[in-house]
Amino acid sequence: MGSLRARLTPYALVLPGGLWLAIFFVVPTLILLQFSLMTGNEADGYTFTFAWQNYTQALTTYWPQFVRSLEYGGIATLLCIALSYPIAYWIAFKGGTRKSTYLFLILLPFFVSFVLRTISWQFFLSDNGMLLGPLKDWGLLPADFHILQTSVAVVGGLTYNYLPFMVLPIYVALERVDPGVVEASYDLYCSRTQSFLKVVLPLSLPGVFAGVLMNFVPASSDYVNAEVLGGPDNTMIGNIIQDQALTVRDYPTATALSATLMLALLLGIFAYARALGTETVLEAAAR
Amino acid sequence: MDQRIDPAPPLDPALLRGLTQRRYDRRDLMRMFGVGAGLGAAGLALAACGVKGAKQAPATQDDVAKYWAGKKQNGHLDFATWALYMPTDHAPLTAFTKETGITVNYQEVIQDDPSWYGKIQPQLAANKPIGYDLMVVTNGVELSKLIEFGYLAPLDHSKLPNFAQNADPIYKNEPFDKGNVYTIPYTSGYTGIAYNPTYVKEPITKIAQLWDPKYAGKIGMMKDPQELGNFGMLVLGINPETSTQPDWTRAAAKLREQKPLVRAYVQQDYTKSLANGDLWICMGWSGDIFQENASNGSTLQFVVPEEGGSIWTDNMTIPKTAANPVDALMMMDYFYRPPVAAELTEFINYVTPVPATKDIIAKDAAAATGDNKKTLEALLSSPLVYPTDADLSKLRHYASLKTADAQKAYQDTFLPISTG
Amino acid sequence: MTTTTLSPAPTPAQPGRAPRARGRLGDRLLFGYTWLVIIWLCLPIGVMILFGFNQVQGRYNNRWHGFTLQWYAHVFDLDGLTNALKASLLIAVLSTVISTALGTLLGVALGRYRFRGAGTSNLVQFAAISTPEIVMGMSLVAFFVALNVPLGYLTITIAHVMFSLSFVAVTVRSRVLTLDRSVEEAAKDLGAGALDTFRLVTLPMILPGVTAGALLAFAISIDDFVVTNFTAGNVETFPLWIWSAQKNGLPPQVNVMGTFIFVGGILLALGNAVAARRRPA
Repeated sequence: MGSLRARLTPYALVLPGGLWLAIFFVVPTLILLQFSLMTGNEADGYTFTFAWQNYTQALTTYWPQFVRSLEYGGIATLLCIALSYPIAYWIAFKGGTRKSTYLFLILLPFFVSFVLRTISWQFFLSDNGMLLGPLKDWGLLPADFHILQTSVAVVGGLTYNYLPFMVLPIYVALERVDPGVVEASYDLYCSRTQSFLKVVLPLSLPGVFAGVLMNFVPASSDYVNAEVLGGPDNTMIGNIIQDQALTVRDYPTATALSATLMLALLLGIFAYARALGTETVLEAAAR
Repeated sequence: MDQRIDPAPPLDPALLRGLTQRRYDRRDLMRMFGVGAGLGAAGLALAACGVKGAKQAPATQDDVAKYWAGKKQNGHLDFATWALYMPTDHAPLTAFTKETGITVNYQEVIQDDPSWYGKIQPQLAANKPIGYDLMVVTNGVELSKLIEFGYLAPLDHSKLPNFAQNADPIYKNEPFDKGNVYTIPYTSGYTGIAYNPTYVKEPITKIAQLWDPKYAGKIGMMKDPQELGNFGMLVLGINPETSTQPDWTRAAAKLREQKPLVRAYVQQDYTKSLANGDLWICMGWSGDIFQENASNGSTLQFVVPEEGGSIWTDNMTIPKTAANPVDALMMMDYFYRPPVAAELTEFINYVTPVPATKDIIAKDAAAATGDNKKTLEALLSSPLVYPTDADLSKLRHYASLKTADAQKAYQDTFLPISTG
Repeated sequence: MTTTTLSPAPTPAQPGRAPRARGRLGDRLLFGYTWLVIIWLCLPIGVMILFGFNQVQGRYNNRWHGFTLQWYAHVFDLDGLTNALKASLLIAVLSTVISTALGTLLGVALGRYRFRGAGTSNLVQFAAISTPEIVMGMSLVAFFVALNVPLGYLTITIAHVMFSLSFVAVTVRSRVLTLDRSVEEAAKDLGAGALDTFRLVTLPMILPGVTAGALLAFAISIDDFVVTNFTAGNVETFPLWIWSAQKNGLPPQVNVMGTFIFVGGILLALGNAVAARRRPA
């Protein structure tokens, strides 16, 4: 009797949460896929017709936005890695007793709503606003210089919003590096640079991977930054999906685009995970 | 390389999404397929049922009687509308409450028609109340859908005597709702060109000037496909009201030529950008510029171009699931009393559907002094508020999009222009 | 898990001199750089807080006109905004409670037990965390449309619980993984039943993970925009209200409320940190 209950316990624990996820995540995803193969409109209703042309039509019209989204997401992720690695390194190795404080400061922006942060940037970067106004008055910039409505603004916004998600995982991975290992490398006559490149960097890669995962996916599918900070040439696939779903109300097209986006990102993550070969390390860590 | 695994990291791992998750291997791949196949079967079962369409037959006289049978005045009203459509002190509403005892919950919650429609459609489709009894919707795709799907209450004109008596006849036969079955106008307005004379040194008179390379990077166009499409067609000399797909394609090509010069495709916030110099010249709505100058002291100018402008109407409608339709009806009629309409016009500065307001405002202007007098006199002589027949002849309604296919084709032609 | 054992390293003669001087410059650069980035991260927040004190004239909070505290007195003047804030808080509390409960159970199960379906659960959770929000929002809308469910408080809460659930589960799971099972075994040896063990022994030990997960769920819910935008119907939450209002110019009350939430969040986090220090490990 005891062992039966013991065997059933995990299932009982998983059931409520698992059921919620099944009903409100898995099923909607299936319905998304189903909708993407339907034809029809709001007035006449939708019927399932294996309409693969939804995909072909949507992609031929909107592939530039698709590519652009992956581009912006990729650049923002790379920028995040470049910007966060030194910080994570410094906090992990030289932070000492103040580590938590520094991490807390890095996370501070998240106490303000993401929409509000992005709108504050729009305000700050406006043509004659707090940053550009004085620079133009002092003649350092031409009068028609603008940051808003350029790809720089959008990528900058993406980098800004997702930076802490890169700092944290890299920090955690670096923090776990045994200082004894680093010392051992010095003993074996490595220079500081060699030690970093050959010892510390590879050990931190799982953190970088986790950070890339947490950055690339949301950054590529973001639309708030593009809408607030970007111009007509900076539209991302997220804006298109939002327009199609909420303004044009063309659910088949919107769902086809969403499904393609999800598939592209999942494939990318999968390939990246395989290439980096981090499974075995993490498998060990997870147990 | 071996690594020592620390026990729980000192800082909360709370914000590490998935760091300690296993990555994938072949077993997971097979599992994915298994799960996918199993649930895919369930999905296909769902696929057997499609999603019903929303179209309804138009309302008849019987439907009107049926709808209003048994409905009573409840003493309260929830009113959804656009920003700046009511004097800030809500004087007309207070007077209404005093006279009828009906309290009004006035909310300026509508920013644009598509997002408003998106908000209320699910409730209406499920026959549930949306929380409002009276709402102001512009004529266009969304209003056509609301009418076509039977989401609006047919109006009881026996209870709208002021409308019958005081409304300008042209508003009783609008193409989008002949005979005012579901709507009566709240206000009308034009889309023309707004510009900032501080930066624009020449008079602006034509839509073609929005294509002028000397304003490159400072031009704004509206994102809304119906507004954008209209200007694209007007600049080519096409009448949008009778346009068809080939016309739309030509207009879209012309608009794409302009695209490198356009700074932004705006929705509501163009007055802010015009005022602070981010934009110099932009498509705009007549009353907005009046209000911007009056409330913020800007010196923006507005003009109806020679090739023509767009005329639209913001209409009062009652959603079919309204809790207090009788009260809503009474409010609608109240706005058609000339003194009340005059009070609204003096603040809103858009075209009023009640011509008798002109005399009342003339009397107010005569009695006023100083700045107030100047504003009122400007109002009286403004073609933006009291258009002459010559003005009206230049204005065109939006393209008529009767079927879902036409709506989709139109949107698919013009929406991609603003989305890169 | 293997640990590396090091034999005591032979101390080299004096190789540390030159690298140490270079190291200090490098350290200082990194220190300065870190602070630069922190300032950059906090810049828009500073702007937001600052303009909550602006003496705004006209409709647009655009230019600095002067310092005033009036907006702090009038912060609840805008009905729409106040209702949106209330809605956000209500939904956040509800979804935090539900997702913490469900997520804790899930996290304990996945961290503690090996069972059939663990892999699938892991997979689904991973997918739930890494699916882009827009895809999630889109699929929920498709789901609710197909079932003719009206959008509103119910659908928003359902969505929020759904994505917070996985975060709580991951957090609790990583805490559970590090637990010393011998304590629980000792409890069982002393005659405690399974439920009692959970209540009196396991739960207090994983409490830091549960609290962290709950805080995370609360923060995610209050801030969520994309998924909420799709599933809200005509309910306005705080981020949604800001989004629609920004087209007409944000009133200073938004800055003030943002400041309140910011300060409140900091106090909560600090409180949690202090409590964690006081809690027996």
